[in-house]
Amino acid sequence: MTKYRILSPRLAAQLLIWLLVAASLVARADELNVAVAANFFGALQELAPRFEQATGNKLVLSSGSSGQFYTQIKQGAPFDVLLSADSERPRQLEAEGLAVSGSRITYAIGTLVLWSPQSQMVDSEGKVLFNGQYRMIGIADPVNAPYGAAAEQVLKGLGIWEKLNRDKQIAFGENITQAWQFASTGNADMAFVALSQVTDGKIISGSYWIPPQSLYTPIDQDAVVLARTTKRRTAEVFLTWLRQDPQAIAIIKAAGYSVKP
Amino acid sequence: MIGSAYSVADLVALWISLKLATVTMVLLLLACTPLAWWLATTRSRVRVIIEAVAALPLVLPPTVVGFYLLLFLGPHGWGGRFAQQLGLQSLSFSFGGLVLGSMLYSLPFVMQPLQNAFQAVGQRTLEAAATLGAPPWDRFFSVALPLARRGFISAAVLAFAHTLGEFGVVLMIGGNIPGRTQTAAIAIFNYAEAMNYGAAQRLSVTLLMGCFVLLVIVYAVNRRLRNAVVIA
Repeated sequence: MTKYRILSPRLAAQLLIWLLVAASLVARADELNVAVAANFFGALQELAPRFEQATGNKLVLSSGSSGQFYTQIKQGAPFDVLLSADSERPRQLEAEGLAVSGSRITYAIGTLVLWSPQSQMVDSEGKVLFNGQYRMIGIADPVNAPYGAAAEQVLKGLGIWEKLNRDKQIAFGENITQAWQFASTGNADMAFVALSQVTDGKIISGSYWIPPQSLYTPIDQDAVVLARTTKRRTAEVFLTWLRQDPQAIAIIKAAGYSVKP
Repeated sequence: MIGSAYSVADLVALWISLKLATVTMVLLLLACTPLAWWLATTRSRVRVIIEAVAALPLVLPPTVVGFYLLLFLGPHGWGGRFAQQLGLQSLSFSFGGLVLGSMLYSLPFVMQPLQNAFQAVGQRTLEAAATLGAPPWDRFFSVALPLARRGFISAAVLAFAHTLGEFGVVLMIGGNIPGRTQTAAIAIFNYAEAMNYGAAQRLSVTLLMGCFVLLVIVYAVNRRLRNAVVIA
């Protein structure tokens, strides 16, 4: 019996290849691979569809710690843009020629907050830190996480860093997410976290104290275009949009950050 | 780079790792021996369920195990509430908490070699001992235990080594407190994150060399034991 075939497998494969080639020629929009610090991931998820609407370009997001991204980028990770949680690593990438020089912007400034899920725990002036009625405070690792470094500065500024460490009352999370977890699961009584983690325009639950900015160095979160990108123009468009578009700035502010004037 | 001196923090972290691995190994061997013996000899249908549960830590990512432990030990979790009722401190951020987490996470590595070893002893040998008039406890201590000793060595080595290299669970429930819950594995990770590759390598090489020597000794002893005659 003869089989009638409209398409031989070979012809079908060739057609498919041509279709793919044609599709890639037609599509002008780019896809940017963005490495984003975990604390800004939520905000960027909200920003991505707006950016796509505005420019037709897609963002593919990878969330992680800035330190890991830095190491991965040094080893040739295929990202086009890095949104770091600090300014140190983007600066270093720029100096090492791994980022496009002059592309660095501060896309957000983080706010530190002492937060507890319990409504009566933290007072609005942070006096709770001195009352000795708590077992553990969670903070992010001061060496690697910018919010951890800021928390250390605040506790040192208040003169209780030494004592808390001596009494082993500080639990160190690898990053700010873990510090938040320590407090939200109740294992730590309170934690220094990013305002962006506990706000939805206003503080979602619990009690908090926002330390005065004079107690710690501003947490500048910088972004850079990475040198190995083949989509430099689109990447630069994205960073400009992030820095200047009023809608983008509104979303960033609602997420608990401030921006440079 | 590797030759440079250890900091005090490095030595403390190594000490905590060694202590954690040793305590975990001993407690796991004690806890698993009766259970593995039961699993190897029972005909109960519950057996497969227990076996499956004991193998579960192999499946879950360590950070997930750690996260659930954190919930469990928190004031709203069963463990935390139980501790409160007894008037005790919660185990989170303590050495005891690390031991609990490590025991959970290394459980399959002890249970399975022990169960296999007891099964390899065989019903016949034990029945032979019984016909010679050995009571059950004697059959266990004079026949099963000596015959299963290689299983014990495997289990001990695996528990020790696996706990030394454990990272995720310790990271989640330890709180990285120097002198209490900061293990060598966590210290290495911190060094690498901080781009202090020299210090990271120094600790890594120490851990690797130490474990390598230990494993060589254990396997050499094991080989001798294999050839030795059992005098029961």
